[in-house]
Amino acid sequence: MNAFDQPQNILVLGGRSDIAHAIVRQLASPALRSVVLAHRGGDTIELNGVDDSVAVQCVPFDATDRTAHAAFVDGIVAEHGDIDIVIQAFGQLGGPEVNTDPTAAGDLVDVNVAGAVSSGLAVAAQLRTQGHGVLVVLSSVAGVRTRPSNFVYGATKAGQDAFATGLGHALAGSGARVMTVRPGFVRSTMTEGLNEAPFSCDPGDVADAVVAGLRNRKSVVWAPGVLRYVFAVLRVVPGFVWRKLDS
Amino acid sequence: MKTEQRALTGWGRTAPTVGTLVRATADELSSDAGLSATVGARGAIARGLGRSYGDSAQNGGGVVVKLVPGADPIRVDHDAGLAHVDGGVSLDVLLREIVPQGWFVPVTPGTRFVTVGGSVASDIHGKNHHADGSFGAHCTRLGMLMADGSHRSITPGSDPDLWWATIGGMGLTGLITDVTFRMIPIESRHCVVDTERVPNLDALLEKMETSDHLYRYSVAWIDLVATGKHLGRSVLSMGNHASLDDLRELRPKAVDNPLDFDPTTFPDVPNGVPNVLNRLAVRAFNELWYRKTPKQHHGTESLTGFFHPLDMVGQWTRLYGSGGFLQYQFVVPFDAVDTMRTIVARIAAEGHASFLAVLKRFGAQSGGFLSFPTPGWTLALDLPAGVAGLGRLLTELDELVLGAGGRHYLAKDAFATPEVVRRGYPQLAEWKKIRNAADPTGVWVSDQARRLELV
Repeated sequence: MNAFDQPQNILVLGGRSDIAHAIVRQLASPALRSVVLAHRGGDTIELNGVDDSVAVQCVPFDATDRTAHAAFVDGIVAEHGDIDIVIQAFGQLGGPEVNTDPTAAGDLVDVNVAGAVSSGLAVAAQLRTQGHGVLVVLSSVAGVRTRPSNFVYGATKAGQDAFATGLGHALAGSGARVMTVRPGFVRSTMTEGLNEAPFSCDPGDVADAVVAGLRNRKSVVWAPGVLRYVFAVLRVVPGFVWRKLDS
Repeated sequence: MKTEQRALTGWGRTAPTVGTLVRATADELSSDAGLSATVGARGAIARGLGRSYGDSAQNGGGVVVKLVPGADPIRVDHDAGLAHVDGGVSLDVLLREIVPQGWFVPVTPGTRFVTVGGSVASDIHGKNHHADGSFGAHCTRLGMLMADGSHRSITPGSDPDLWWATIGGMGLTGLITDVTFRMIPIESRHCVVDTERVPNLDALLEKMETSDHLYRYSVAWIDLVATGKHLGRSVLSMGNHASLDDLRELRPKAVDNPLDFDPTTFPDVPNGVPNVLNRLAVRAFNELWYRKTPKQHHGTESLTGFFHPLDMVGQWTRLYGSGGFLQYQFVVPFDAVDTMRTIVARIAAEGHASFLAVLKRFGAQSGGFLSFPTPGWTLALDLPAGVAGLGRLLTELDELVLGAGGRHYLAKDAFATPEVVRRGYPQLAEWKKIRNAADPTGVWVSDQARRLELV
């Protein structure tokens, strides 16, 4: 990190994420040396809008292979040095069956919660060792109050979100930080074909919020920012209203 | 030895990291329970008073050593004109001791609150660089704690490679425990100073070129907010130590106690002050500073007033608010004076609030591999770190500086890239070899060293 908090090395867990790409583009500067895009296949992913001098590396990463996470982070550090920013961007939406099929729901929990927790702890250990660095966790407003139409997904996001904010507190004083990001509906590859919810935005809008949050050392950011107030209300509206809003 | 976990930044208060701060004397560090028992995989770096602007004296996740002066930290050899001083002693403490005895430090930066060890590690310069060179040029012996825990005493003759790798070596060759250096004899605690308002940059450059040799000390404060025909308008201040004869003529009251030295400081700026050094305030300040200076003035100033005016306000950098600030200092060779003109015009055109920009002519190099001063023009400016577009401007300036064969000052740096340092310091590869031989396991490391790939 330099005086402008411009990172040198960025690790993206969930390297296909449109939001993560937008964040990396915003954080790119002459200081940036490497971006590691970690995702299930490990095959090459195009990352647009980043200078040719930046080394973009794609590596295989399996969120459910929990025993491998610590060694995975060590390997990245051995190759690139200290990691300034880690973006935890993986996660699945799940099909309609996750709300009824125990196995499918369990699989979703494996990725979105167990994977987030174990990879998050592996990253936290490294950031603690470095005495600096930020773990940016892409949570969702879906976890703030779970909706009947996607309550299992919402539950996984609630789990990931609670873990992230708790980890942030646990890391206080270590120099390492966690920033939990709660976007609303984002128009991206992940949500293609779904009906847009109110206050929807683009990956670039989320990236703007993330970069501003990093600059101001926020622990939680919402995207768009107005959702903080919208959900302050939605969180407490009576159940029958909440159900009505979801239908 | 006392240890604690602490978030540390440089003087610019940007990019904090948490490390283990260890306070210990040199003897404690070289004992079995000392350095070797404390330092882990993240290494260690010395930290003096934290006046480097960037991340030179912090080490995220590792050890940061604050050297506690020993039992007899300052010894003065009057016959030889030499001072033997522990590395952790500040110039403030040192000057309070030696000025009443008729001595001055060979080089002082714009603040007394730097340590002697840091002065060597950054090979600091002052207003007398054109005449006397940098701090390292006046040192005759260094005590060093090496990576293996041994305590060594070196001179330029005994270990020339290690010596010149340590002068300006940012503490990455070993911890500087004590320093022997030549002092300047003085008759009074005053300077005879000529101050002059100079209307523009060209007049300033010419004036400095033609009159620098008449003065031991010289520096120009430039108003980088002024544009057009006022571009580069400055206050040039040039001086010499005042002799007793000078005092009789200019300040007869001071003749009885010419060496009294007891500088006072006002209270610290409180924490949490918002950034008050915004564009408007800086413009007003620069205007005032220029206007308050008489067209030409000849008189005396105290050592403090002449060398360390900012030391009167403790923690003044808090005036920049929570975003912190950075200082950008570079040097370009004399023949690249056009580049200096371009850069001054570029900064003024951009209109960033630069408070206290300083221009100076450098004299000869000390010989340190990573020592910053080299013959040419140097410009130092402060900028608030939170300003949008600043990074782009500085990257553009980097190119101009490097293209002209110039370089940047590591003790001020908080923004450079490995490439910028490689190009600015052609002896970097050679320095690395010597450094790696002195520290094969990589004990000495700082956040800056990692950021700039110095190690």
